[in-house]
Amino acid sequence: MSEGLDMYMDYIVSVSDIRKYFTIKEGAVKAVDGVSFSVKYGETLALVGESGSGKTTTGHVIMGFYPPDSGKILYKGTYDLSIPIKKRSLELKREIQIVFQDPGTSLNPKHTVKDIVGLPLRVHGLADSTSVYARVAELLEFVGLGEDFMFKYPHELGGGEKQLVAIARALAPNPSFLILDEPTSALDVSSQAKVLNTLRRIQKEKDISYLLITHDLGVVRNIAHRVIIMYLGKIYEEAPTDEFFRWPLHPYTKMLLSSIPTLTREDEEIKPKGVEAVGEIPSALSPPKGCRFHTRCPFAKPICSESEPPEIVADNGHVVRCWLYE
Amino acid sequence: MLLNIQDLYVHYKSYWYIHKVLNGVWLRMMEGERVGVIGETGSGKTTLLKSILRILPQNAVIPNGMIKFKEIDMLKAGETELSMVRRREIGMIFQDPMAALNPVFKIKDQLYDVIRYKLFAEGYNPTKEELHDHAVKVLNDVKLPDYERVLESYPFQLSGGMRQRVMIAMALISAGKLLLADEPTTNIDVTIQDQILKLIDRLVKQRGLSTILVSHALGMVRQMTDRAYVLYAGDIMEEARTSELFDHPAHPYTSLLISSAPKISTREIGEGIRGKLPDYRSPPIGCRFAPRCPYAMDKCHTIKPKRTIINTDHAVTCHLYE
Repeated sequence: MSEGLDMYMDYIVSVSDIRKYFTIKEGAVKAVDGVSFSVKYGETLALVGESGSGKTTTGHVIMGFYPPDSGKILYKGTYDLSIPIKKRSLELKREIQIVFQDPGTSLNPKHTVKDIVGLPLRVHGLADSTSVYARVAELLEFVGLGEDFMFKYPHELGGGEKQLVAIARALAPNPSFLILDEPTSALDVSSQAKVLNTLRRIQKEKDISYLLITHDLGVVRNIAHRVIIMYLGKIYEEAPTDEFFRWPLHPYTKMLLSSIPTLTREDEEIKPKGVEAVGEIPSALSPPKGCRFHTRCPFAKPICSESEPPEIVADNGHVVRCWLYE
Repeated sequence: MLLNIQDLYVHYKSYWYIHKVLNGVWLRMMEGERVGVIGETGSGKTTLLKSILRILPQNAVIPNGMIKFKEIDMLKAGETELSMVRRREIGMIFQDPMAALNPVFKIKDQLYDVIRYKLFAEGYNPTKEELHDHAVKVLNDVKLPDYERVLESYPFQLSGGMRQRVMIAMALISAGKLLLADEPTTNIDVTIQDQILKLIDRLVKQRGLSTILVSHALGMVRQMTDRAYVLYAGDIMEEARTSELFDHPAHPYTSLLISSAPKISTREIGEGIRGKLPDYRSPPIGCRFAPRCPYAMDKCHTIKPKRTIINTDHAVTCHLYE
């Protein structure tokens, strides 16, 4: 019993077997269908998948935007996160923050940067009207923007600068866990690098844990410590980042990696050979039986369409769910 | 030479201001070439493509420049002549198929229109059956086997990848010589993107077409083109064979851009580029990249650099190389 508890204590967030279905006219969309993983203290865990994989839903469930249909989410081994955000204590809300994908829509265009970053400070009682100025200036300085951004409006900022403001806002209440939902996919290459470098620096200095939700494997390589691959609501592979790029195991992972348009010869060499991308992701209304990827898998065997693949634990914390490795 | 653009300026008029976007752009291509234009958001890449087809919005003016497609002077040509080029010679894949396809018409009506106009231009008036057969053929070409359902669908009923394939089919109908592709895979998943890029490449080769691919995705340009231009704030900064451009970028903007992109083989990443795109209402008078350039000298802020050839097939617009 105590051993079980200890296991949870190692993780800042542990998710076990959560499901989230959305009911629509045609039936139930199985957005997240039995997902378990844990985020260690101070690490960046990347949740990677294409549209419809359920990665964003997973993030939103942890955030409490909607509770899971079933399953358990624990924060720091004790606090229950499977309750909606409105029922969480103010302290728990302060601890977990999110940065949204598009800073063009997540920042209020009528508010100045000071108001945007200052709001969470006031909500959580971390600053009053006199101290808010200094605290916001400090936060802006911390994300590399500087005090002169204080009275600007979002439309006066470039894309990367807006996202840094969104990051400053998320950091304002001093969270321990930050969900980054596609933090750079709305940005240009030139501003993306600054945001990624800043996120890495923040993590080092503040020891925050990140859950990075993304489809961009280049970004994953850059800031993640561990990677989880999702497809149609399920997890198919999990590995430390270096291991993941060196020895991708699941055919879907190989397909993803081999589809990336590469920038350098080194990138080209690391791409798995002989797996050509085919097909489209099926509807989450009626996902394929067995392994959900079998309809697109070049190595599919009869068993793949019949029963769920087993969990195979390889070396170095590498886990894959695939019949090929049985 | 298939296409020759010289010293092209495009300005947009708004109520109070003139936005000076393209600032003397050039682009030359031979028949059968696959040319890439790398540009970030707001660099003027869509403006460049639209000015080739002369489909710029009404508030655009072209105060100066030359666009020659084969022997046709596109800036002087009349509507009839332009329409012939648009119907039979140059096709364009637009950036966002959800915006480019009309939401209230079925795919078949939109496809039939394009086919009909092309055949009209060739002096032929097709029957309903011929239109249908032709539409089925083009959908087959873009690997949409479920064509009866696609034809009867409205755009919102198709997946993003399928819509993009429909867009490609449409563009190919009128692309007799040249295919313009404006970010052909935005908002599309990487495994679908890979299939679509390979499809475009195969069709282009089969038909002996020339292409201009415009994108902010460096990797895509590297993989899909033979020669590439780098566009920043309406200026061509660099021009080279694609492999040369990526292996030995000369312009500070190009090398900063390439080093800032995340790679899958290494955790290392550049610093990014400070600042943001200039305001087109009052752009810098010298090099437009000078305010963001770590190597900028005094004259960069006052004198516009000239195109300098650094070796065969590699030219750069930068004072550092003059």
